[in-house]
Amino acid sequence: MKIGVLLKQVPASDSRIKINGDQTGIVTDDIKWEINPYDEFALEAGIQLVEGKIASSLVLISLGGKDAEARIKDGIARGVKAKPEAIRLDDAAFAGSDPLGEARIIAAAIQKAGIDLLLTGKQAIDDDNAQVPAMVAELLDRPQVTFVEQLDVSAESLTAHRVMGGGQVDVVKSPVQAVVTCDKGLNSPRFASLPGIMKAKRAKIAVWGAADLGLDASTVGAGAAVVSEGAYRLPADRPSGKIIEGADAAAKVKELVRLLRDEAKVL
Amino acid sequence: MASGILVFSEHDGGKIKKTAFELIAKAVSLNMGPVSAVVVGTADTSALGSYGATTVYTVSGDAFSSYTTGAYTKALAAVIAKADPAVVLGAASNLGKDLFPRLGARLGAGVITEATELSNDGGLVAHRPVYAGKALVTAKPAGLALVTVRPNSFGVPAAGSGSAEVVAVDAGVSAADAKVSILESKKSDATVADLTEADKIVSAGRSIKTAEQYDAIVRPLAASIGATPGASRAAVDAGYAPHSHQVGQTGKVVNPNLYIALGISGAIQHLAGMRTSKVIVAVNKDPDAPIFAHATYGLVDDLFDVAPLLQKEFEAL
Repeated sequence: MKIGVLLKQVPASDSRIKINGDQTGIVTDDIKWEINPYDEFALEAGIQLVEGKIASSLVLISLGGKDAEARIKDGIARGVKAKPEAIRLDDAAFAGSDPLGEARIIAAAIQKAGIDLLLTGKQAIDDDNAQVPAMVAELLDRPQVTFVEQLDVSAESLTAHRVMGGGQVDVVKSPVQAVVTCDKGLNSPRFASLPGIMKAKRAKIAVWGAADLGLDASTVGAGAAVVSEGAYRLPADRPSGKIIEGADAAAKVKELVRLLRDEAKVL
Repeated sequence: MASGILVFSEHDGGKIKKTAFELIAKAVSLNMGPVSAVVVGTADTSALGSYGATTVYTVSGDAFSSYTTGAYTKALAAVIAKADPAVVLGAASNLGKDLFPRLGARLGAGVITEATELSNDGGLVAHRPVYAGKALVTAKPAGLALVTVRPNSFGVPAAGSGSAEVVAVDAGVSAADAKVSILESKKSDATVADLTEADKIVSAGRSIKTAEQYDAIVRPLAASIGATPGASRAAVDAGYAPHSHQVGQTGKVVNPNLYIALGISGAIQHLAGMRTSKVIVAVNKDPDAPIFAHATYGLVDDLFDVAPLLQKEFEAL
């Protein structure tokens, strides 16, 4: 069984976000980049499946520019015992793809690489779209199980606990040729070891473009997008609030409850 | 020519969720043509017309006893083919976020995730948070748009007196369309709303100190006003609260009317997850905690003193 893991480079979750001059995105100068935190759960799950000899090999796949290679190498370093292959998907034709375009690129790569089970994060914490994995599953006509917090994989099938919200968790059984998106709680992602980091430095990362994937370039990129983004902006500042004064905690609490009831009208 | 808005109306064991009413009312106000609703499975659809839906499409059968992506995608694709809407709206629940992208890829349609505002500017314009709400962006579809909307973004107006025509659609869905089997559906705490749909939330940070104190202080306080308990990442990583309770950029992004933060300093990734709350109450011993800059009401005091007093006041309401 061949496992694929999607890795995306995103700004660290403690990043302060500023909008660029022409409002087309964010200022990236001071950003510290990380592997998308939800992809780390997918990566850890993939590594464990190879270490546990349930899967035979691990392939790390990232759609992104050369600057994303540091993140792929971080992934290789963490998964060093699983000896992952790494593929970066990059082509001028991919620029401006919307999620459906990105899914077409990734689906083609999954087929070319011969991936059985694709593991991804439940969403990327930059665009928060949570679209690409389900779209890849549809394009490949495979089942998807999203928002997974527990996963057991055998040679023939997988059983996943899918968080439905409202305290409901569904236990889903699926063939292994599927797409599974990973949520917090699935596992505790490991850090890279020093030998892992050294090995990852020398690791080769394959680069596949539209021609390698046999993709019709008119189905991806800005020209094929069915959703277009407009201006980025910062949210409005919240109006400044008030500090509630009082002789003691009891007096402050009484005043707070009065304000919640009579002024804010939320009780 | 595609026109109008179709609202995918989720239900919980046959009871339509209030987010469906919220979306129907919003759809009517956008003035983009007729508003219809679609209900998959068996539910009481009688109230949908009173919020402005003129047609309710129903797809029912044994294949919908549990949610499966495959069965629901096929059902919705059939209703979309029949209703021919310009826009499909649904809640940005886990179910909606599972279903809409799959449907988008099947239909070649544009998908917009978790919008918080919608407008009609000669076509739909969706406004959505990115970077967990640290920034906002507008999104415009070309052609059919499938849009999930964050619950509580607009509120539910009073019901009117309208009624809808109910049209049953046979989507030809069989058990084989599911592609997966649901072995079990576990419901832990059915009385408590999901964080992402909660009207009120009581959250605690690391200063709650132990899981026992989280259970003894935060949960009862939340229960006293029908709130959902939440937690900061620090509290979750320390093991005081389960990961499903985490509010923030790497947890749940929430949008309640009332958010009470107990002993939460206000790390940037936590603020990103709760900043759209209508009213924020911060309780913290440290008067310089960053959360006070975002709070509607700040209370500089010890959470262990404040929480029991607050619970008593809430219980007396």
